Amino acid sequence: MTRSASWSWETGSRTLADLGELRAVHREVHEPAVSPDGERLGVVVVRGDGAFAVAENGELWEPELERAWHLRYTPDGRLTALVRIDDMWTVAVDGEPWQRRFPFVWNTGFSADGRVIAAQVKEGMEYTLCVDGQLWDRSFLSLRSYALSADGRRAAALVQVEELAEADTEKFAQGTWSVAVDGEPWEQRFIGLWSPAISPDGEMVAVQARTDRFEYTIAVNGVPWESRFACVWEPSFRPGGAGPLAPARVGSTWRLMEEGEQLWATSFVQLWHLRFSPAGERAAAVVAPEWGRFTVAVDDRPWGCTFGDAVLPPVFSPDGKRVAATVGHRRRWTVAVDGQVWEESFDMAWMPVLGPGRGPVLAKVQRGGEYGLAVDGRLLSQRYELLWDPVLSPEGDKVLLRGVQGGKYVRRVVPTGELR
Amino acid sequence: MADLADMQVVDKGLEKAVAGLSEERIQEVIGSVLSQAVAGRLKLYLQTCVHCGLCAEACHTYVSRDKDPDFAPVAKVKDTLAVMLKKKGRVDAEFMKNAARVAFVECGGCRRCSMYCPFGIDIATMIMTVRRICSLLGVVPQYIQDTTNSHSATSNQMWVQPDDWIDTLIWQEEDAQLELPGLRIPLDKEGADVLYSVIAPEPKVMAQLIANMAVVMNVAGIDWTMSSADGWDNSNMAMFSGDLEIMGRIERVHWERALELRVKRMVMGECGHAYRGAVYDGPKWLGWQGPPLPMIHAVELYYDILREGRIEIVDKLTEPVTIQDPCNIVRGSGLHEKLRYVVAALCDNVVEMSPNHEHNYCCAAGGGVINCGPPWKLSRLKSIKVKAQQLGRTGASLCITPCHNCHHGIEDIIGHYQLHMRTSFILELLVKQMKMPEGVRG
Ligand code: SF4
Ligand code: SF4
Repeated sequence: MTRSASWSWETGSRTLADLGELRAVHREVHEPAVSPDGERLGVVVVRGDGAFAVAENGELWEPELERAWHLRYTPDGRLTALVRIDDMWTVAVDGEPWQRRFPFVWNTGFSADGRVIAAQVKEGMEYTLCVDGQLWDRSFLSLRSYALSADGRRAAALVQVEELAEADTEKFAQGTWSVAVDGEPWEQRFIGLWSPAISPDGEMVAVQARTDRFEYTIAVNGVPWESRFACVWEPSFRPGGAGPLAPARVGSTWRLMEEGEQLWATSFVQLWHLRFSPAGERAAAVVAPEWGRFTVAVDDRPWGCTFGDAVLPPVFSPDGKRVAATVGHRRRWTVAVDGQVWEESFDMAWMPVLGPGRGPVLAKVQRGGEYGLAVDGRLLSQRYELLWDPVLSPEGDKVLLRGVQGGKYVRRVVPTGELR
Repeated sequence: MADLADMQVVDKGLEKAVAGLSEERIQEVIGSVLSQAVAGRLKLYLQTCVHCGLCAEACHTYVSRDKDPDFAPVAKVKDTLAVMLKKKGRVDAEFMKNAARVAFVECGGCRRCSMYCPFGIDIATMIMTVRRICSLLGVVPQYIQDTTNSHSATSNQMWVQPDDWIDTLIWQEEDAQLELPGLRIPLDKEGADVLYSVIAPEPKVMAQLIANMAVVMNVAGIDWTMSSADGWDNSNMAMFSGDLEIMGRIERVHWERALELRVKRMVMGECGHAYRGAVYDGPKWLGWQGPPLPMIHAVELYYDILREGRIEIVDKLTEPVTIQDPCNIVRGSGLHEKLRYVVAALCDNVVEMSPNHEHNYCCAAGGGVINCGPPWKLSRLKSIKVKAQQLGRTGASLCITPCHNCHHGIEDIIGHYQLHMRTSFILELLVKQMKMPEGVRG
């Protein structure tokens, strides 16, 4: 059962928060966040006395804060914020600050089910990861990015493990970086590491690894692939698959590699943002079949249409049958679905939302400074000051709209057939 | 006659790299870069040259070094790439060390010479090819290599830790609020009109510039944001050190941050090389025909908001002021008229350098030359006497430098040649001379 099955899908509208009212009372009202189920809107406010607070559906959190920012809802709908209290930082969850306080904490991340919350932490002059309020045993000279497994039980981070004196280019070339998994660094050292990814079963950690000045590969659990490349991009795991896949540069073109072997026959001028269908049987990536022209290739077959500005990461429908992406051409943005481009274009378009079967494709778009909802390429007449991505019900027959109109946050459920 | 003092400079990056370098390896690398097609094109350039010397008169190093023929653009190619081509890569480590010195220190790739060449021979591209070969062999001056290492490890130029960056933004917001109550630096705001990116020296040593820009953005009523995550730094020294893979990687991070945030355009601070990296070299390597979103240089932003009356200037400088035209935004992108419009709004007494606009001399700091660090500072300053003379002739007491490299390069020139002048970014003048909202400032 998808999580959204438990949400209220009763059609109709409910006004849940009034930003106008908050603005009348408080000195500042920052950018709001909305829970995945649309039931709650959280926003940082600055009160007349200069203290920060978080308001959720108009109610202020208890603790008085010197500062609050980076409001993010977990996938299971808890509101997190980075907060400063008594000159120390921590994470507050639904108004409860973690017990531990740090000189600095940032970049909250969540497991897929939302139960686990992690954040990067500075302690003393060192860096580590904090998972659900618990610090890793070890800290490092630097920690630059991390990944959580889907269930949140494992975490992997890129860490600097060797001291580097100022301008010590020799030592840098010997490798000063490693990957720490649940706090324990790999023995291996690398010149550079990027974008850790954890396999769906949590058993494998893969990263882009720079093994020499001009030699790159993918390292899995500390072991680099045998093949070396001129460059690589981020590895990712196919649901139900074995080892990671990653784009790699050979000569001056890019290929898709699986466990070090070429998977797709075609080489591209560019190949990135690999995505899989939910069951893992199909793969899609953004590719440039020729210089300056981008499109989506699905299982090695590029769409017939190409775009000059950019193509953003593709997304599969829940049944894996359809693929869509935001595309940019001549400074206008729209959506393409299975190689067909929408007729209307916008100042900006967000990631398309697809339901099961042949239901409509939706996307939040921006035009003339206002937000709107585009359905199968047509912009609906309703305009919003703020809008979040639409969510389709598990059956795809209803859509949850979360938007601010006239200063008021409204949660609306509409049958997809009535979208106009 | 090359400068003996320069030849005696000890640069650890170069010394150590050449110590273990075999001739086989050199030949292999040169062969890989100078493939038949590339070699053919370069040979054609060299054959086309009629040795008229017009490019020499255009080069600040040649003119500043009393017309020493060793500093002529063609000589720089002849002493490096031409030999590699002729000998089919059979050169030794000492040759490579000298080639690195010429390519990294004696040419900043300013492209002034090609403008004067009747055949448009692109000396800068040939020199950048030498740098690429040097980089593949690890023969790179220590300090610019360190900067490239920082780009590799941190996606920013100066080893700025993520917490330091965010803390700086928060602190600069609090500082700027003293000037303009209610001001904000909105972080990671999706759908904003503008993402503002800076170069890493700003949080490291010139954080005030971030507060200044926040004041301008807020008064002009721009819907803007800055990124708390990597991608906030738009600088790119890997582009100049010859590490194209890291150059491409960090430009990807920079542009993808803007695309993730779904902003409509990127605005960058007053920097020249970053503009080149973000608009030309980076996108090209990544397969984009140009940047995926419009890139607006700070000079263009100031021009737009002044013209549209979104900010108003209430105080003008009366002292004599001159303008440095940064190579990458003027010769490279034609922003000199907009630059003059902005300066004219701020200053009553502009004394132009001669020559100026796209004919202006480089500051000798750009192209990665200043990033080669302290060992090469004296050499760089000897190579830019012509700029000191140019500046001195204006009689100006202030030089406006809308580029970080120009800013530091000219500060060094002022110190070395004892000119009675100071430098300023436009932004520093703008915040002092613009009208603040009612009741904010006397
Ligand atoms: S410094 Fe400029 S003018 Fe001199 S050779 Fe290099 S590109 Fe040409
Ligand atoms: S101006 Fe052109 S043709 Fe004349 S010497 Fe220079 S490169 Fe050769």
